[in-house]
Order: sequence, then structure tokens, then C-alpha cells
Amino acid sequence: MINGVPVQEHYRDASHQFASAKEGIWLFMATEILMFGGLFVGYLIFHMKYPEMFAEGAQFLDWRLGFINTLVLIFSSLTMALGIYFCQINQPKKAVGALAVTILCGAIFMVIKYFEYTHKFHMGIFPGRMLDLEMLNHHLHEMGKPAIVSTNLGMYFGFYFCMSGLHGIHVILGMCMISWCLYRCMRGDFNPNYYTAVEGVGIFWHIIDLVWIFLFPLLYLVG
Amino acid sequence: MSAANHNSANDNHGHDEHHIMPLATYYKVAGALFVLTFLTVGFHQLHEFLGPFAALIAFSIAAVKAFLVMAWFMHLKYDKLSNRIIFGAGFVFLALLFGITIMDIYTRITVNSVL
Repeated sequence: MINGVPVQEHYRDASHQFASAKEGIWLFMATEILMFGGLFVGYLIFHMKYPEMFAEGAQFLDWRLGFINTLVLIFSSLTMALGIYFCQINQPKKAVGALAVTILCGAIFMVIKYFEYTHKFHMGIFPGRMLDLEMLNHHLHEMGKPAIVSTNLGMYFGFYFCMSGLHGIHVILGMCMISWCLYRCMRGDFNPNYYTAVEGVGIFWHIIDLVWIFLFPLLYLVG
Repeated sequence: MSAANHNSANDNHGHDEHHIMPLATYYKVAGALFVLTFLTVGFHQLHEFLGPFAALIAFSIAAVKAFLVMAWFMHLKYDKLSNRIIFGAGFVFLALLFGITIMDIYTRITVNSVL
């Protein structure tokens, strides 16, 4: 322990350790951009190829739910940033509160996602070849809406479930890691000289917000 | 040249590795993000009038929001230059993928008149 920082022996000093940790996180974030970016490019290609089919698929998404989720995620990003801030100014109790609110926001996001997903499953909407067009058309007929024309509608929902699902997995993992930070914060591990874990998890949580900032207009608004 | 000056100025600013931003800055950034989200949805109500510009407006607002999150929430504004280059490299290669893909789509449409 040097000034409250548990410096591992393979580092010169606390700042060397902090800089290395941050560099690792940023390398990880670059791979995240490339992973989600690939899906965005795929969406662009097939949207250009089958514009009518994508428009037919997009009508099943309710932008109001996406809008609420956007507000929830932005608020959670704020509370995450505040969690780091309160660690920096040595107020661990407030930091625990901010982190708890962040986890709660993640949970609200996932509950809304759960309702969106189950509603789609109920109508027979599944990704790719699993999409049950007969069942979906039956539901549309009952609702007095025209039947689906595109036979390859499953492709749109392949993109929808892959992109929002991969994002959802990130939210769940982020919630787990924030819980770990919250536990360590309650245990008194962090101080103004040492809060590396909260900082790193915070950057991960913000990238979840960053991806959603582009996913929301792509899926819910532009279609 | 001005970009280089800008970077070195930020570097000096961020030399203190545990840079603490004032609380008010976080609230301002979050406020701006909320306003921009409402703006996105507001423009969406006009999408029938805007036509193809609706997508352009939605993604331009998203880009501004992304910048706010990266610069202040992720503390990149005060981070080391090397970390900004690492993260920026992800976007550079993504832009490359986007660029080549769009060229491919464009040339296919001009040659075959279908994608």
C-alpha cells in the first residue's frame, strides 16, 4: 500500500499502474466499437438491398419504448459519472448511492427490453428462419392489419435481435460489474488515490450508452 | 498546426491524471443529452416532410450526443493523448469499413442498376 493504493510489484508506481489499467480499458473499447460497427455496416448493406422489407419490420418497433430507454440510459450514465466523482472526492457513501441508482436504471432498461421481446415472441417474431410468418400474419389479421409481403422478414429481426440483444448482454454484464464496484466501495477499498475499478467500469458503462445513442435512431426512428 | 496546439494544450491540462471535473459540468452534459434526445424525437415527428434528411438529422444529433459522452462522461477530454489515439483508431477503421462498403454499394448500383 502506497498512499492508499495497492500497487502491484510489476509496476513502477501508482500512476504507472493506473495508466496501464486505463490503456487496457481503451484497447477493449476500440474492439467494442469495431464489434458493434460491423453490425451497423451489415445493417446498412441489407437495408440498401431490401428497403421495403426493413420498413415492414421496423413498424413492429414502438419508438416510445426506445425513447424511454434512451432517457433511462442517459440518466444512468450521469449517475455512473457521479459515482466516480464521489470516489474522487472521498465520499464513498454518496458513491455507493450513485452506483446503486445506476444498477437500478440498468434493471429498468432490461425490464422494458423484456416486455418488448416477449411481445414480439408472442406474435411469432423471432430472428432469421425462426420467424413464424404464418403466426405473425394470423395476429395481423386479427388486428385488422395487412399481411406481411416480405418472405425474408426474419433477416430484419435477425439484425434487430442481434444488435439489441448484444447490447442487452452488455447492460447485464455492466450491471454485474457495477455491483462488484458497489461492494468494493462499501468495503472501503476506494479513495481519491485509488478508484481504478470504478473508472474502468464507468468507461464500459458509457460505451453501452454510446452504442444505444446510435441504435435508438437506427432501429426505432429511421427503420 | 492549430490541431497540434489544441492537443498539447489539452495534454498539459490533463497532466494531472486524477482530473476532477466540477459537478455542474456533469449536470450540464446530462442536460444537453436529454435536450438532444427530445430534439431527435421531435424531428422524427416531421419525418414525412423531411424525407431522406430525417435519417441525416437523426444521426447528426446522435454524433453530437456521442461526442458529449466521450469527451466528458468518459473523461477523454482530460485523458492521455495515447488513449485518445487508441480509441480513435477504432473509429478510423470503422470509417474505412463504412467507406469501402458505400463505394461497393454505389458502384454496384451504377453498373447493374440494382444492388
